[in-house]
Amino acid sequence: MLVPILEMTGITKRFPGVKALSNVDFRLFPGEVHALMGENGAGKSTLIKVLTGVYSIDEGSVMIEDQSVSISGPLEAQKAGISTVYQEVNLCPNLTVAENIFIGREPLKFGKIQWKKMNKDADQLLRERLNLSIDVTLPLHAYSVAIQQLIAIARALSISAKVLILDEPTSSLDQNEVQQLFSIMRKLKSEGLAILFVTHFLDQVYEMSDRITVLRNGELEGEYLAAELPKIELVLKMIGKELKLLEELPKLSEESKSSVGNTMITASELGRKGAIKPFNLEIRKGEVVGLAGLLGSGRTEIARLLFGVDRPDEGKLVVAESGSTVKSPRQAIDQGIAFCSENRKTEGIIDDLTVRENIILALQATRGWSRPLSRKKQDEIADQYIKMLNINPPNPEHLIKNLSGGNQQKVLLARWLLTEPDLLILDEPTRGIDIGAKAEIQKLVLSLAKQGMSVLFISSEMEEVIRVSDRVAILRDRTKVKELGSGEINQQQIMQAMAGG
Amino acid sequence: MLNRKFVPILVTFGLLAAMFAAGSFRYTGFFSAQVLYNLLIDNSFLIITAVGMTFVIISGGIDLSVGSVIALTTMLSASLVEQQGWSPGVVIPLVLIIGALFGTVMGAIIHYFKIQPFIVTLAGMFLARGICYIISINTITVTNSFFTKVAQTKISLPGGSFISINVIIALAVVLAAIFLAHYTRFGRNVYAIGGSEQSALLMGLPVARTKILVYTFSGFCSALAGVVFTFYMLSGYGLHAMGLELDTIAAVVIGGTLLTGGVGYVAGTFIGVLIQGVIQTIISFEGTLSSWWTKIVIGLLLFVFILFQRLLSDRRVTLKS
Amino acid sequence: MRGKLYQHYLFWPLVVLGTLLLFNLIYSPDFFSIVVRQGNLYGSLIDILNFGAPLILVSIGMTLVIATGGIDLSVGSIVAISGAMACLSISKGTDQNSLLLVLGAVGASIVLSIILGVWNGVLVTVTRIQPIIATLILMVAGRGIAQLITSGQIITVSNSNYEYIGAGSLAALPFSIFIVAAVLLIASLLTRRTALGLFIESVGSNSNASRLAGLRSKTVILTVYIFCGLCAGIAGLILSSNVSSADGNNAGLWYELDAILAVVIGGTSLNGGRFYLMGTVVGALIIQTLTTTIYMIGVPPEITLVVKAFVVLAVCLIQSESFRKTLMTRWKKRNYPAEQEVTRHA
Repeated sequence: MLVPILEMTGITKRFPGVKALSNVDFRLFPGEVHALMGENGAGKSTLIKVLTGVYSIDEGSVMIEDQSVSISGPLEAQKAGISTVYQEVNLCPNLTVAENIFIGREPLKFGKIQWKKMNKDADQLLRERLNLSIDVTLPLHAYSVAIQQLIAIARALSISAKVLILDEPTSSLDQNEVQQLFSIMRKLKSEGLAILFVTHFLDQVYEMSDRITVLRNGELEGEYLAAELPKIELVLKMIGKELKLLEELPKLSEESKSSVGNTMITASELGRKGAIKPFNLEIRKGEVVGLAGLLGSGRTEIARLLFGVDRPDEGKLVVAESGSTVKSPRQAIDQGIAFCSENRKTEGIIDDLTVRENIILALQATRGWSRPLSRKKQDEIADQYIKMLNINPPNPEHLIKNLSGGNQQKVLLARWLLTEPDLLILDEPTRGIDIGAKAEIQKLVLSLAKQGMSVLFISSEMEEVIRVSDRVAILRDRTKVKELGSGEINQQQIMQAMAGG
Repeated sequence: MLNRKFVPILVTFGLLAAMFAAGSFRYTGFFSAQVLYNLLIDNSFLIITAVGMTFVIISGGIDLSVGSVIALTTMLSASLVEQQGWSPGVVIPLVLIIGALFGTVMGAIIHYFKIQPFIVTLAGMFLARGICYIISINTITVTNSFFTKVAQTKISLPGGSFISINVIIALAVVLAAIFLAHYTRFGRNVYAIGGSEQSALLMGLPVARTKILVYTFSGFCSALAGVVFTFYMLSGYGLHAMGLELDTIAAVVIGGTLLTGGVGYVAGTFIGVLIQGVIQTIISFEGTLSSWWTKIVIGLLLFVFILFQRLLSDRRVTLKS
Repeated sequence: MRGKLYQHYLFWPLVVLGTLLLFNLIYSPDFFSIVVRQGNLYGSLIDILNFGAPLILVSIGMTLVIATGGIDLSVGSIVAISGAMACLSISKGTDQNSLLLVLGAVGASIVLSIILGVWNGVLVTVTRIQPIIATLILMVAGRGIAQLITSGQIITVSNSNYEYIGAGSLAALPFSIFIVAAVLLIASLLTRRTALGLFIESVGSNSNASRLAGLRSKTVILTVYIFCGLCAGIAGLILSSNVSSADGNNAGLWYELDAILAVVIGGTSLNGGRFYLMGTVVGALIIQTLTTTIYMIGVPPEITLVVKAFVVLAVCLIQSESFRKTLMTRWKKRNYPAEQEVTRHA
């Protein structure tokens, strides 16, 4: 029987107001690639941060090679043999490759850094363990993200890592780069390293992993051998469903069918490198199109392209009415598009402003600075939407940063509804919202569609997507893989397309 | 093959050479070793200050207090030596320690309370100048024999030219700083923090200690520059080194250090100071041009270099993506 | 209205100002006395308003720049350039006392300051250079330009019309007070009666989200730098007219720092977002009163610097989240410094 090199038992971590992890067990064997899976908020990143000493542990224990350890910082984690390579490469782009590998542990002689030895060691390390031969005296930013990632791994190895955590290492790599990384992972695995692999790409999980641990809502869902867990089962476990329980949901959208009209916006072969492969999508007037897919499958990326936040590398986007394309959020809004981002904090609310000001912001931006809405009008609007969306506390002069997440979301919804858009893009509009509010928002979406508004509805909750959508596009691994028309939408179909097999 | 990272520094050096050559062609008596040495003699305090500033800027910060710390040092040295009768052997180490501690306190406030370096060192600047005036609002002339002796010592060089002891101190500081920046862990940590503080933290580098030490070092350099300035001027005065922080920052930037942190060379800074010196020399040789042209030209150079940096970093971003 | 009195943003600045004035009153009982001489009012309070006028103006402009999350270090230089330009134009004129000449000179200065504001704004928005660095260029070069205009001399003019701007009286009060009042009124109207204020606060608070809400943040930022340049230009006119001369070297020296200080004392955060014009005015008055007070009690005026140093630090520490947290938790999380770090970046 193999002995786990790392064993975490009963890990609990609380944040003010939330239990991010509760009683989670996790183990890692030498010479295996172990995938940690879970949807947003499942606790993956919290678990990793606890393991690397970024967060403290409230309850539970961590054992490395049967030794109980307490890790209270990245440095101690490294000393204990745990190294992490993040998606956003956490190295210094201005330093040379060799330095990035050895900084903090440079070879010294009489207090003087031995550059020659350092460069030679770095070169040797990259060559021998990663099959990589590059000029180690160049600054890191001279290399692609893929190489930077390998360099980060080299740094981890040089600290004599026993456990290597790869946190979404493949998100910004292309196909060849991913294969290069995988071959190195295989090599390291065969040398006995334990690799914890976090990724959103299901295919990659199955290509690389020996074992899979699934987290859901901060709890352990289970640990499985990859070979014994079919893809669809994995997806079900991540979302928390069982296959036999996937009964047909009553469709709310059925009755509103009549009003679907002309084309509103067309994306043809629209794509952006590293974000979403070229896709076709057409949204018609009064239609609700759902985007289904796991986190990181490219849902948000599509929304950002449609709203002009990011520029596409290829393909065309045409708004039917004007015949023109969308190059910036400002232009998108002028053409009747609205976008409620999933990142409320960074891309949605304006912290310092009140609820009222946040609501009128987009409309005011459209009117320009010289035609202000009168205070009376502002108050009316604010009151109207606070009532309509049931925003709590119902005080328009409250600072938005003091509201709960759900209420902030409603304020943002109000901001966009006020602009009376032709197309409303909702990215995870119901995340972190209580059930009642969720139903309200779903109903609202349908009634808006009935009045002729088109909606692009993005959500990780499949029921929700099915309930409101006339049509569902399904994404997997940054590719649009399937589109289901009104008659064909069911959980089974979607699930299969999401899992890809 | 030309290493790309040396491009900014080569541009700077080319500029210095071109300016010196232009001056030599235009003015008789410009092309002489002594003119070159005078650049060092007249700017030794600026070189020392700029070296400290280079570290601060590479770490991603800024230090506005340097000029005031110089003034404070001249004032403290002058009043302790002249009015209190202390020995220079005690006073000089003391003022150096005070300067360093001044930096330590600012660094600690910047790091632990996450206040912008700009503001903290601005307060430091006010404070140091203010303390000068508390000591005295008048000039204190230094007549102490040690100070006058150091000030008057000329070190002869072949060809009949000479340099002062200040130049030796400044060159020693430059060499020590080059070693510190490139051959010690402290130096490399400074670069790492300037490149990405978050990464430095995650790589387990001593971010807090390094950041505080950077300001300590800058404070020390300013104090040392103050001592050198006292040798140079033989007086302590609250208005000494007024606005020097700007000259210093300009020298560092012209020397190829990125104001956003992470990239820069002590040697570049050294050249940056010399460029400012050459501009001044040319303007004084020209005669008809007035001193304010120095500021305009330096401002212009600052603009060109900052724009140049901006373009370089833009290209880096596009390379990456 | 809402909240307690001491939570009002003007409460603490006013308390400080009140305390300073009270101290003055105790120290010299006739501090508050205002006498009428030749139909004009004279007294320390009037002096504070009069001498404080340029600083208040510059601070108003600075407030808006800081509200967008920027900073303008070049205001002191613009003050010098504007004064130099006006005095030069007047001294070049044939008829020293013509009103037209003065109007032309004032116009030239104002146009020049607006151009300088555009320069700063373009550097910040188009070339995307950090505001501190972008405005540093003009801070350095501007002093030289001012001296270039004055040829390194102090240009003295004797033009009663020009003197009126900074030293004249209207309705028994210094004319400069009316200029400040007018600019303050315009700034308040522009920011509170149009949507400009909302846009500035929105961009300063979260520029990314503002862009996604359809704001043209670059235009907003450009506007505030132009306005700031304009304010500094007018301040330069008042300052030079008050002494009927232009000194390229010393006019407006340290104004950028005093203005930033006034803004911060007034409650506007250096991180941008909410801004308080009245708070800034009170902040500037505090600085001016402090200077007057120190002058009055006979301490060398340079001591003001020490006091300012502590005020800067105190205000910033109060605004610093880490400092408040430290006071509250007393290093509770000492063992996990990275945790604070990460939640900050999250």
